[in-house]
Amino acid sequence: MELNGADIVVQSLKDEGVEYVFGYPGGAVLHIYDALFKQDAVRHILVRHEQGATHAADGYARATGKAGVCLVTSGPGATNAVTGIATAHLDSIPMVVITGQVQTAYIGSDAFQEVDSVGITRPCVKHNFLVKDVNDIASTLKKAFYIATTGRPGPVVVDIPKDVTDPNIKVHYEYPSSVDMRSYSPTTKGNNRQIKKALELISSARRPMIYSGGGVILSGAHKELTEFTQKLGYPITNTLMGLGGYPGTDELFVGMLGMHGTYEANMAMHDCDVLIAIGARFDDRVTGDVKHFCPEAKIIHIDIDPSSISKNVRVDIPIVGDIKHVLTEMNNELGSYSNADNNDLANWWNQINLWRSKDCLGYDRKSELIKPQYVIETLYNVTNGEAFVTSDVGQHQMWAAQFYKFKSPYHWINSGGLGTMGFGLPAAIGAQLAHPKAEVACVTGEASIQMCIQELGTAMQYMLPLKVVTLNNRYMGMVRQWQEFFYESRYSHSYMEALPDFVKLAESYGHVGMRIEKPADVEGALKEAFAMKERLVFMDFITDKTENVYPMIAAGKAHNEMHMSSDRELA
Amino acid sequence: MRHIISMLMENEAGALSRVAGLFSARGYNIESLTVAPTEDESLSRMTIVTTGSNQIVEQITKQLNKLVDVVKLADITEGKHIERELMLIKLNVVSPEVRDEVKRLIDIFRGRIIDVSETTYILELTGTGEKLNAFIDAVDNKIILETVRSGVSGIARGDKSLGLTV
Ligand SMILES: Cc1ncc(C[n+]2csc(CCOP(=O)(O)OP(=O)(O)O)c2C)c(N)n1
Ligand SMILES: [Mg+2]
Repeated sequence: MELNGADIVVQSLKDEGVEYVFGYPGGAVLHIYDALFKQDAVRHILVRHEQGATHAADGYARATGKAGVCLVTSGPGATNAVTGIATAHLDSIPMVVITGQVQTAYIGSDAFQEVDSVGITRPCVKHNFLVKDVNDIASTLKKAFYIATTGRPGPVVVDIPKDVTDPNIKVHYEYPSSVDMRSYSPTTKGNNRQIKKALELISSARRPMIYSGGGVILSGAHKELTEFTQKLGYPITNTLMGLGGYPGTDELFVGMLGMHGTYEANMAMHDCDVLIAIGARFDDRVTGDVKHFCPEAKIIHIDIDPSSISKNVRVDIPIVGDIKHVLTEMNNELGSYSNADNNDLANWWNQINLWRSKDCLGYDRKSELIKPQYVIETLYNVTNGEAFVTSDVGQHQMWAAQFYKFKSPYHWINSGGLGTMGFGLPAAIGAQLAHPKAEVACVTGEASIQMCIQELGTAMQYMLPLKVVTLNNRYMGMVRQWQEFFYESRYSHSYMEALPDFVKLAESYGHVGMRIEKPADVEGALKEAFAMKERLVFMDFITDKTENVYPMIAAGKAHNEMHMSSDRELA
Repeated sequence: MRHIISMLMENEAGALSRVAGLFSARGYNIESLTVAPTEDESLSRMTIVTTGSNQIVEQITKQLNKLVDVVKLADITEGKHIERELMLIKLNVVSPEVRDEVKRLIDIFRGRIIDVSETTYILELTGTGEKLNAFIDAVDNKIILETVRSGVSGIARGDKSLGLTV
């Protein structure tokens, strides 16, 4: 088949099985937009800002496990996309971002809308390409999808100068069926000897603990993890990124760990003698002070990325491989190892249940003000725990993670690594497009939502019935909380003045707006909103502005140095 | 500890900046870095001299390996190896005594004079970094006009090699 470069871009996306491209047009990509116009296999979603395009593609990727795709123009189009690319990079989300570039002949001349997109994005991509020849478009895109989705996934940028997509230059087109790169071949199978060593240690554990992260979800290994955990009967905690990798409703699940993790999860981490880390990267928000991290534990670490092993915390038995493969093998072998001593395990569980009985997530249920925790709890009940929940960054994010008990993977969608305010709404757009029939909620704060609020227009254009759950505390709550704790309540620039009337704002975009001010109205409002199957409903919950996220480990402290709210300090 | 990391990379635009960017973004040290094409024109060979604790150097090699453009990598300081560096040095040699002295020194260090003008010599020396340092120390500092060093190239001894087929 003879095609021009622009058609090759679109045809390649189609042959790759791409459903949606999130994008925004401009000079350098106009040939590609013309090619998009001539077909309807690949659907283009027009966002309102390129950051929205990247987060929407990212949300689509997190909700499906497939690569998200973006198309933006050169210069400001590319720079606007950088935040979203970095967001995907830090959470290892597969994404392919096509950026237009000025004509090859103009590169380096400070031409109109020229930036060095490959240079700017280099530190926040898994890899990037500049395509200089129309004959290389198809093979480069194939490589881009291959790199983005295999091994430890991540975003790949493909920069295409305008002349390379010239409609008048046609070349032979064939989309490659496979890729062979001598410089890139991720390990998948774990080393057998290491697996055996790990199984021996696992079966001899007296106070075992499973700590699993986003890698489980990226690998699609939730079933294998569930089988592994339940066969052993060991306690399991999830990182912020790992929620849903193990059912949050199960008895063996002790909640999230880390800075705002549960008391039982963090104490069990501190006291365990064998730690089984699966697809988690020992982030500082999880480990706290590494010098006091799991002081008594031998550590097993399963991860596909060799550079994750012993990066922050030295581990005893590393297993490099795809978690799904490794856990399948472990599950097959588990039977031939004797289980941990039942007495020891029973004692360990007694201890954990004692920690659990402190009810560390308890909050004042009699308050006359709406407690943010109550809103999330009710959201969980109203949606039967089955909604896709995206979030922004701040206190509301932590409450969503603590109080929405995710039963399955791909449902909890948040910017864990970069902590990007503005992520939630566009990510919800991506998730809703991926699952048109599903309930999708965006849990956000009155500050975060304003960072990408323009995407309400996108949601209107494509009739996406999202439910925006704003926990409006009139503060950048997470900032206010740190200022209260660590800066003697000097609330420097964390009060959100001049807030818009969110109800009117939502209505002006054509959506439904609601303001909820009393605890008694919370459940009714959520039910009413979710009953509107065709409409986006923007719920503005006026919450208690003084509420803080507990429990909390201050940055750099150990897991057994947790704080509960001031009136319920832990021993 | 000082380590010499030897790499084969795809000979692509941008490969060098990926490596340099990695070192600066992650705060790793670079003592020297050399890169040039190989007999296989699709590949270039890079030698990086770096310092750091074992844990840091382990991270450096893992992170470098993760770069898509890196085809093969070895820390050649782990085994027996040879390292060489080339230095060109321009000296101000006005008097006959100074010329004689420089000629004597260059003989001892087994270097060569490769350019002569009325007032200057350009010398060429190869060896380990230490040998080149020793030469600089031996020459009267006042007559050194310019030094250019290539940075270290390294290769493993014996039948170990960084070839693609091996
Ligand atoms: C783009 C960006 N800028 C700044 C921050 C720092 N930050 C983290 S949480 C937060 C406050 C968020 O306020 P809001 O959205 O109202 O959520 P709340 O904490 O009140 O629930 C800020 C400013 C960030 N995470 N992202
Ligand atoms: Mg707020």
